[in-house]
Amino acid sequence: MSRLPITKTPKVYVGGAFIRSESARVYPLKDAAGEFYANIPQCTRKDLRNAVEAAAKAGPGWAKRTAYNRGQILYRLAEMIEARGGEMSAALVLGGAKPAAAAREVTASVDRLIYYAGWTDKYEQVLGNVNPVAAPYFNFTVTEPMGIVGVIAPDSTPLLALISLVAPAITSGNTVVALASTTQPYPAILLGEMLATSDLPGGVVNILTGFRKEMISTFATHTHLRALGGVVNADERKALALGAADSVKRTHLLKTEDKPDWFADTAQSVYAIRDTLEFKTTWHPIGA
Amino acid sequence: MLARSSRRSFQRLFDQVGPVDQIGIEERVAKYGTRSIKKGAKLWGLKTAVSMVDLTTLEGKDTPGKVASLCQKALRPHDDPAVPQVAAVCVYPAMVRHARRALGSDTAVRIASVATAFPSGQAPLKTRLAEVKAAVADGADEIDMVINRGAFLAGEFGLMQDEIAAVVAACGSATLKVILEVSELETYDNIRAASFLAMRVIRPGDFIKTSTGKTSLNATLGNNQVMLEAIRDFYLDSGIPIAMKPAGGIRTAKQSLTFLIAVKETLGDAWLNNARYRFGASSLLNDLLRQLEKESTGAYQAPYYFSEAAESY
Repeated sequence: MSRLPITKTPKVYVGGAFIRSESARVYPLKDAAGEFYANIPQCTRKDLRNAVEAAAKAGPGWAKRTAYNRGQILYRLAEMIEARGGEMSAALVLGGAKPAAAAREVTASVDRLIYYAGWTDKYEQVLGNVNPVAAPYFNFTVTEPMGIVGVIAPDSTPLLALISLVAPAITSGNTVVALASTTQPYPAILLGEMLATSDLPGGVVNILTGFRKEMISTFATHTHLRALGGVVNADERKALALGAADSVKRTHLLKTEDKPDWFADTAQSVYAIRDTLEFKTTWHPIGA
Repeated sequence: MLARSSRRSFQRLFDQVGPVDQIGIEERVAKYGTRSIKKGAKLWGLKTAVSMVDLTTLEGKDTPGKVASLCQKALRPHDDPAVPQVAAVCVYPAMVRHARRALGSDTAVRIASVATAFPSGQAPLKTRLAEVKAAVADGADEIDMVINRGAFLAGEFGLMQDEIAAVVAACGSATLKVILEVSELETYDNIRAASFLAMRVIRPGDFIKTSTGKTSLNATLGNNQVMLEAIRDFYLDSGIPIAMKPAGGIRTAKQSLTFLIAVKETLGDAWLNNARYRFGASSLLNDLLRQLEKESTGAYQAPYYFSEAAESY
């Protein structure tokens, strides 16, 4: 007996809950064979605004967790993806990846989370410092998370790239509002389901789906976003740079045309953590 | 549980003022949130809401300095001169003279003071009246009193009304706001009945107010609607316009716009000004300013660009 095809209307993960877009609009997603597969939420600037509010709420609590605890939670997230690796691979194959390449991407994504889980209680030793000064002061530099970071994920290797952009930001206690790939949103939606079952507090990572052109200008101008990371084309770079200059936010934008290789050794680094940190230097008087 | 005699007096009162259709009220207020407010109306609504704010600080840790800075904020909420001043500052009686010193005598911003043993009201009447007189003598333009909920719930409506009337007398020329403390009245029927009892003894232009902000449940669209409809029915019966002030729990600009929709659709444009409608709030003003700034710049604003936003990081 033939079955009805079970098509889906998945929801995105924002503020620890699964939401539909504020406008209730969706766009169709087709599988690699061109068959209709799911209706994806078409989020807009209002969803971005709401996601930023959710991230702001979650931020102080996440930043106050001990570094050790943040490491445990990132590791647990990696466990969640590892355990559901087959499902995640299938989501990547849906977008046109070969099964072997999909499996490799999932493995690399899990490894990337483990990598940053290890760094949570170590980057401070590398990036912070006791500074030599020629006066009776104990002078030291410590790092602090910037706040809310906007992430714009590319279409190629959509899972690995998204995780590589999000993980270093949350390692130090930032919160993230990420826009997933428009053409391949399904792995990001699945990632949201895994985030919900990891111990990551709701609102620390918020994932939106939809069209870049409807949200780029809000990413650029929203003054509550403190930094932007992602892979964007020339026009988007310009819009983001202008808005970021106005709202004084830091940008780390890679060029779409450069085709960044997220599997490379250079795609993970303590310096990616540094990109979303503020440094605070303190002069403390000491006796002779 | 009500004693039998008080149950009879409640029944008589409900028969007089009419019951409240709880399901109907909740259906109605659920619709208010779905109204689409476009740019021009939104801007007007945000500015009107700013002009309706009773900027409030009612904490044990209030100091003259804190009240003075609150007054500065009331006088000049934002850099943009197009943003109006708020309606009033709302403080404890002991802070009235500090507020008067900060605001000066030649100002449109009024000083409201909670009095009558706020928030419980559980003090002898003599003490409560003395508190009202002292606040007025110190320069309060408006008095926010609490009703005797104990008397109301016991069915002693005469006692409750006599006390309100005594406070009206003690107020002199000061405007009176009667706080019903809706969360302690328990039902919509009671809220409507208490609204009528209060409206019968206060003067035209005096207020009825939802709550103290000191209990778990404060102003909601539902009890706001019950009170607005009581004001409407009272006005249609007697021709006396009574003003309204929801207080507590209104924190976002969006909420305040929804409340204004309720006012417009229930009482009409005559109530859409700060002589007839107020918001008792402390954090609402910052969100209103934030949304006004968003409307003028096009960029969403971080709360920490506005004063006293402790929730940001």
